[in-house]
Amino acid sequence: MEIKIDPETNTLIREGIENIINPFDSYAIEEAVRTKERLTNEEVEVIALTMGPPQSAEILKEAISVGADSATLLSDRAFAGADTWATSTILAKAINKLEDCRLIILGKQTVDGDTGQVGPELAQRLNIPFIGYVSSILEINRSKMKVKRLMEDRYETFEINLPVAISVVKDINIPRVPSLRGKMKAKTIEIPVWDAKKLEADENEVGLAGSYTQVVKIFTPQIKHDTRMLEGTAEEQVEELHKILKELNLV
Amino acid sequence: MRYLLTEEQKMIVDICRQIVAERIVPVRAELDESGTFPREIINEIGKSDLFRIFIPEEFEGMGTGIFEVCLATEELSRGDLSVATSYAASGLGIIPILIAGSDEQKKRFLPQVASGSKLAAFGLTEAEAGSDAGGIRTTAKKDGDFYILNGTKQWITNGGEADIYTIFAMTNPQKGIRGASAIIVEKGTPGFEFGKKEDKLGIRASATRELIFTDCRVPKENLLGGEGMGFIIAMKTFDQSRPAVGAQAVGVAQGALEEALNYSKIRKQFGTPISSFQAIQHMLADMETNIEAARALVYHAARVMDSGEKNVTRLSSMAKLFASDMAMKVTVDAVQILGGYGFMKEYPVEKMMRDAKITQIYEGTNQIMRNIIALDMIKRGVI
Repeated sequence: MEIKIDPETNTLIREGIENIINPFDSYAIEEAVRTKERLTNEEVEVIALTMGPPQSAEILKEAISVGADSATLLSDRAFAGADTWATSTILAKAINKLEDCRLIILGKQTVDGDTGQVGPELAQRLNIPFIGYVSSILEINRSKMKVKRLMEDRYETFEINLPVAISVVKDINIPRVPSLRGKMKAKTIEIPVWDAKKLEADENEVGLAGSYTQVVKIFTPQIKHDTRMLEGTAEEQVEELHKILKELNLV
Repeated sequence: MRYLLTEEQKMIVDICRQIVAERIVPVRAELDESGTFPREIINEIGKSDLFRIFIPEEFEGMGTGIFEVCLATEELSRGDLSVATSYAASGLGIIPILIAGSDEQKKRFLPQVASGSKLAAFGLTEAEAGSDAGGIRTTAKKDGDFYILNGTKQWITNGGEADIYTIFAMTNPQKGIRGASAIIVEKGTPGFEFGKKEDKLGIRASATRELIFTDCRVPKENLLGGEGMGFIIAMKTFDQSRPAVGAQAVGVAQGALEEALNYSKIRKQFGTPISSFQAIQHMLADMETNIEAARALVYHAARVMDSGEKNVTRLSSMAKLFASDMAMKVTVDAVQILGGYGFMKEYPVEKMMRDAKITQIYEGTNQIMRNIIALDMIKRGVI
């Protein structure tokens, strides 16, 4: 698929592009639903939040179909061009409007930006601890949780008080297939949209204006191809290939 | 081909296809080889609400019909008939409760099956009583507030895996088939044990076991309907379940056709894909045509039943008969199209061929189907 960049803002043109759920976020949604199923004695509500253009409502409906209780879309033209910081600003404002939000689960990163920054920035905004790359929630209750996280060369185990924000890696679960009830609920549910006004967001702190970084240029690195067809019998071709690889110091 | 489906029916199909692609296809060969019950897949099916479509809304089901059950069964069978059989057998196990159960019995047993937390099974067949269902020897003797069960059931699908068993036993052996009754027995009841697990030609991952009752005391509240109603309940149950066996057959045939079609386009012989040969093309065309004809009959039977029509025995049996004979032929042809590769376990069609065979045998052999159809024709004439 061709990627188009807006020449003025240097950001991706998303209009007309089919949105998919960020695959890492599907693990976050699944873990939230499993946490609810695990805490049978507690009143737990799974709320899916995303910031994005109007068509992102479809993504939130997917979250509903796999067990989220409700979802809210954070959307406003003014949010366009947001970097991770401006994104976390909006998410934090939305979360502050929720009552008694004790656990925030995020995917470890997006598959487009790949930064992994929104989680820690969001936690900073909310002034709560953040644990990234969680591969297992070992224990959890209303006030505390114990998690294992995946580092490059080791696992780490933390015990931490709630509220907390965590990001999860794909080892944490296998996301379920949507349920029939979930799909039917998703079909009829109205996804509320919170805009800048509703979130009481100042125009200087959202979108491009509220971003510390902006994408100056996106380009595909040039890949040089050099193709040579070998001819002759299989044996001759192998001989020739061996010679070439030897010349290149590859064997 | 998917025509005339409602939004909800399309959702059922989509969910099943996702389960097939993500959960079933990657493991089906391994489950077949080892004969391992697909517990994780069944749990996933439960979580996705597919067991709810067997059951009315008031008992935590989705209140859909036999048509929806057929759609789900067909799609699951397209991936693996063992999984589909385990799924459909749970539905079979609760049909007697739907037909003859009291409100109290329905409240007790149906919600657990609807949620997928418990599987059900249907226990009729015995060593000496297969097609001749009236020949069952298992007895249920009244003793105060209990029935005492003795006997052995054979080849029971979901045996050992299910929690809720509808068992057919003689409460009055002197009366023959009019002395049979249906009674619910829960796993864990003292005196209720499981015998050997069968090693089968096909649907190897499904659980097929003996149920052994030795002075097994079952509370009299578990009797379905009244004493002596067992045979009628069993026959009414089969009327409702047979279209789903037809749907299994359509599904497994569809799966085999898709494999054969894909293979024919990539397999080259004499320098060209074998799909360019008329010999192969005609086989594919016949397979597709026969599948669609069987599907139409199965869907028609299901829709007629959902419309409330009472005399459905003939149509329901025709759907099972035609679709299962078709599936056997189509899966054999699929193996033929794949040639030597079709005979190898690396490709899924040999398993589909082995699996398809059971659809001609269980829930009434196709010979019994023909008897039922002909007797109904003679009795009731042209409809």
